[in-house]
Amino acid sequence: MSQPRAVLVVGGSLAGLRAAETLRREGFDGRLTILGAEPHHPYDRPPLSKDLLLGNMEATDVGFPLRDELEADWLLGDPATGLDLVARTVRTRSGADHRFDGLVIATGSVPRRLPTFDHGRPGVLELRTLDDALELRATLTSRSRVAVIGCGFIGVEVAYAARTAGAEVAIVSLDPPLIVAGGVVAAVCEELLLETGVDLHIARHVVDVREGAGTHGLVLDDGTIVEADVILVAIGARPQTDWLEGSGLRLNDGVLCDACCAVLGPERVVAAGDVARWPNPLFGGIPMRIEHWTNAVEQGIAAARTLLHGSSQDTVYAPVPSFWSDHFGTRLQSVGLPLLGDRTEVVDGSLEERRFVVASYRGEELVGATTYGMVRGLVPFRARLARREPDAVGRPG
Amino acid sequence: VEIRVDVEICDLHGQCVFTVPELFRFDDSGELEYQRRVPEDLEGKARTAATVCPTGAIELVE
Repeated sequence: MSQPRAVLVVGGSLAGLRAAETLRREGFDGRLTILGAEPHHPYDRPPLSKDLLLGNMEATDVGFPLRDELEADWLLGDPATGLDLVARTVRTRSGADHRFDGLVIATGSVPRRLPTFDHGRPGVLELRTLDDALELRATLTSRSRVAVIGCGFIGVEVAYAARTAGAEVAIVSLDPPLIVAGGVVAAVCEELLLETGVDLHIARHVVDVREGAGTHGLVLDDGTIVEADVILVAIGARPQTDWLEGSGLRLNDGVLCDACCAVLGPERVVAAGDVARWPNPLFGGIPMRIEHWTNAVEQGIAAARTLLHGSSQDTVYAPVPSFWSDHFGTRLQSVGLPLLGDRTEVVDGSLEERRFVVASYRGEELVGATTYGMVRGLVPFRARLARREPDAVGRPG
Repeated sequence: VEIRVDVEICDLHGQCVFTVPELFRFDDSGELEYQRRVPEDLEGKARTAATVCPTGAIELVE
């Protein structure tokens, strides 16, 4: 396969950066351009809800090192607004058209919004970018009352940071905390939140907001009123594919790719990170989209290799997914896809001590493992998951 | 190629152990152990381990 002459990377964050670096490492010597929606060069997002909020890190600490040999043109603060696959150009908000021969789609995700909620009110925040994090941090004081809507990773980590700053914290969530990590973790996390004095409203939602003098009264469906100065909406993320609407690409909660991260349809277009949906051969080829940090790195690398070498057995992307979350002085980590399981088994440690490893099985098949505080206990499960025969787990339905 | 780990930065996420158990492991007290010298056939995986380290604590030196 002939190599592309000019590659455009749309997305100036982790997946785009690792893709760009991989292109150079694998010998691509054409023109390399990276478009970023934010004004910043790539930076690390996990600290935004952890050490940056806690004050252990500053904005200057989160930037990724950039190597000179990348030799890329950075066009920042100008988000992509459209893709023309015939002209092979990407349009940006400023009205510029950028031609490409090879394209990496790595626009990540954006926070989901509540359909009936006015996100434009003062004091209503979300957390995705560095600027969001700095704005949120400034509100976390011993005098503030923070209401978090949603109880996923961001919600729990922000609750921890806010409590550490001495703020009063309430959480309103339809789901139990960290339910994406499974029921065992959810129960333990709920205890952690309650012990730390978080005012927890689970299986509840906001039906109205009453505005007071600089405060908001969140009216819940059971009639409870939660008073707050700051409201953080943290109900998950959706892939940033707005700019691909009407391009002809197949979009379905992400841009659809083959097993090598080549976007279905056009030639020499690949995708990586939160925005990409691809069939992971290690899990029965179920099309999946993974928002974890590690996936942005590994998929960025894989997509770049596919752009240079084409889709083949050598460029199949079959990772064991992995995530972590730091909160309340402990670390939650997971490997595989525990939610695919139909039963769990505590295989090490104890729930009472909140140091344990829980394995998830579908039938007899290991599909994932999760731990609070015992990362060493995950190692053998990670190894077993990596050795799975591709397609060992049947297709759903 | 040699591995260098900055133990001040390492936060024991274990991604390197997951990626290349041949070169990285946890000892009995949960600290990171690693083999400094990288065999040629493991150089690619060692590079991946450095890239997936969440704190950037791993460096490969030619």
